[in-house]
Amino acid sequence: MKRFRPGAAAAVDGVSLEITAGEFFALLGPSGCGKTTLLRMLAGFERPDAGRILIDGEDMAEVPPYRRPVNMMFQSYALFPHMTVAENVGFGLRQDGLPKAERAARVAAMLDLVKLGAFAERKPQQLSGGERQRVALARALAQEPKLVLLDEPLAALDRKLREETRFELVRIQQRIGITFLMVTHDQEEAMSMASRIAVMAAGKVVQLGTPQEIYEAPASRFVADFIGGVNLLPGEVTGSEGGRLLVASAEAGGTILAEHGPLARGTLVTLAVRPEKIVLDAPPSVANRLEGVIRGFAYRGEASTLEVELATGRVLRVSVANNARRREMHGLGDRVTLGWDPTAVVLLVR
Amino acid sequence: MSDAVRRRAVLVLPFTWLLLFFLAPFFIVLKISLAESAIGIPPYTPLFSTDASGWHLYLSLGGYEFLISDSLYFRAYLDALKFAAVSTVFCLLVGYPLAYGIVRAARRWRGALLLLVILPFWTSFLIRVYAWIGLLKGNGLINNTLLALGLIDQPLTLLNNAFAVYVGIVYSYLPFMVLPLYAQLEKLDPALLEAAADLGCRPWQAFARVTLPLSLPGIAAGALLVFIPAVGEFVIPDLLGGPDTLMIGKVLWDEFFANRDWPVASAVAIAMLVVLIVPMAFIRRLLQEEAA
Repeated sequence: MKRFRPGAAAAVDGVSLEITAGEFFALLGPSGCGKTTLLRMLAGFERPDAGRILIDGEDMAEVPPYRRPVNMMFQSYALFPHMTVAENVGFGLRQDGLPKAERAARVAAMLDLVKLGAFAERKPQQLSGGERQRVALARALAQEPKLVLLDEPLAALDRKLREETRFELVRIQQRIGITFLMVTHDQEEAMSMASRIAVMAAGKVVQLGTPQEIYEAPASRFVADFIGGVNLLPGEVTGSEGGRLLVASAEAGGTILAEHGPLARGTLVTLAVRPEKIVLDAPPSVANRLEGVIRGFAYRGEASTLEVELATGRVLRVSVANNARRREMHGLGDRVTLGWDPTAVVLLVR
Repeated sequence: MSDAVRRRAVLVLPFTWLLLFFLAPFFIVLKISLAESAIGIPPYTPLFSTDASGWHLYLSLGGYEFLISDSLYFRAYLDALKFAAVSTVFCLLVGYPLAYGIVRAARRWRGALLLLVILPFWTSFLIRVYAWIGLLKGNGLINNTLLALGLIDQPLTLLNNAFAVYVGIVYSYLPFMVLPLYAQLEKLDPALLEAAADLGCRPWQAFARVTLPLSLPGIAAGALLVFIPAVGEFVIPDLLGGPDTLMIGKVLWDEFFANRDWPVASAVAIAMLVVLIVPMAFIRRLLQEEAA
C-alpha cells in the first residue's frame, strides 16, 4: 500500500502479485492507476507504507535502490549525456568494481545484443530515439539483475519502430532469460509482449491472467472496455435454454443467448461482445441475429470498423477482416443482419 | 530585404554598442598608456603632434617600463590573482551547496530563496562593505559576542588583514556564483540521479559521477563571474584590507588619483586586461572541448 499524502487516496492498495522468474510480466492500466508507483516501489524509489516486497525470497523493505538486484529502463531513458554509449552501458559495472578488461567485454557483449556495436563511442545526443532506447535497455541488462523494470518502454518511439521493437524486446528477454516487468497503458503492447498481464485500476489489480484470458474472458466491465474495443449491452437474465442463458436486453431489442454458468433469473448483467466476433450478413443458423443499418465506416487496412445502428437506436461496432484483396463492401445506409455465437458473448454480472 | 541582410542588420546594434562602450574606451586607455606624464590638462603628452616638418607620432613605453622595473607591480598582480583565485574557490564551496539546496527545495520556495540571494543588491555595495567593518572591528559585533560568551579574552584581529579581504570578496561576489550554478543544476533531470542510484551509486557517488560533471559549465561560468571582477577589486581591499594588502585595483587607483600618473595607471589597466584574458581563453577552450 502506498499513499503520497496522509488522507489522500492510496496510489497502490491491496496489490498482491507473484511474478515468476524468467517471465515477461506487464502491468497494464490507464494513467494514474498506480502502475508506475508500483514499479518505483520495486526499484526502491518509493517506500510502501504497508506491505512487503520480496525479490528472490529477500525482503526489500530496508534495501536502498543502489543495493537492489533490480535495474530499470526509464521512460525518458535517463541516459547520462556526458558519457558515451559504452560508458553509459558500463556505468553500473564500474560501480560494481569490475576490472576494466572484463567491463569492456561485458559492454561489448551488451551492445552486440542490442545491435549497437558500432555506436560505442557516440554520445546519447548523437543517437536516434530507437538507438537511445536500446542503449537504455543494454544499460539495464549489463549488471545481470534478477529483475528488469521497463517503464513504458516503447512510448517514446514512433509507431512503426514500436512494432518492430516489441518483437525485439521479447526476443532479447527470451535469449537472456531475465525476468522483465513492464508498465504500459497500451493494451496492444501488453498483449503482444507479456506472458502474463495484471490489469490495474485505481490502485488495485482488477484482473490477472494471460493476454488471451484477459481478452476473451474479461472479469469486469472495466477490463472488457479497457482491453480492445467492445460493445457493452445491459440486460437481465430471464431464463435458460439447453445450458445457455437467455438475457433480455432492451438496448439490443430482444433476447440474447449467451454461454455462461447458471445465474438466477432476474440477475442484472452486462453483455460484452467484441467487434470482431460479430458477423456481418449472418446466416439463419447463427443464434443471435439483429437487424441494423450501417451508419459509419472506417477502413483501417487489415480490417474495417463499421458502426451499425440497431432498430432500438443503439449503435454497435463491428470489425470486418479485409482478408480478400477486393470485395463487395456494404455502403452507408445499407441494411445488414448482424449475428454472433452464444460463445462469443461474455456475461458480466453487474 | 533578404533574410541574410536582415539577420546581419540585427547584429548592428550589439556591435555598435560594443564599439562605442568597450572598444573606444579601450583604445583611449591604450593611447594614454603609450604617452608620457606631463603637467597640464590632460596630464599626459599627445601622441600626435604637428610642426613645420610635418606629422609626428610619439610613442613611449615608459609606463610599461616602469611596471617592469618596480617589483611592486608584479607583486600586486600576483596578490590580486591569489586573492581572486582563493575567493573564487571559497565562493564555489559556499555557493554550490547553496544553489544545490535551492534547486532541491520545494518549487514554491525556490522563488523566495533566489530572491534572498539577490536581496543584498538592493543595498549599496559600499554600505554593505562598510557594514563588515562594524562586524569585524576590534570592538565589533563578532568580537563583542565572543568576549561576552567567554570564548576569547582578547579581541581577535579580524579587520585590516587578508582574512577581512577574503570575507568581503566572498560575501560580495557570492550571488554571481550561485545564480549560474542554480541555472545549471535546475536543468539536471532528476531521472538521471535515479538511474545512477538504480545502477548502484550511493547518493554521494551519484553526485560525483553525474551531478558534478554535468554542472561543470555552471561552475565555469560562476568562477569567471567571480574571478574577473575580483582581480580588479579596489573597494574591498581599500576598506577591509591592511596596509600590506596589495591588490592591483588599489595600486591602479593610487597611480591615477594620488600620483596623477595617467600613463602608468593606464599601463596597469592594460596589463591587467592581458592578465585576465589568458585564464579566460583557457577556460573557454576547456568548455568548448567539453561541448564537443
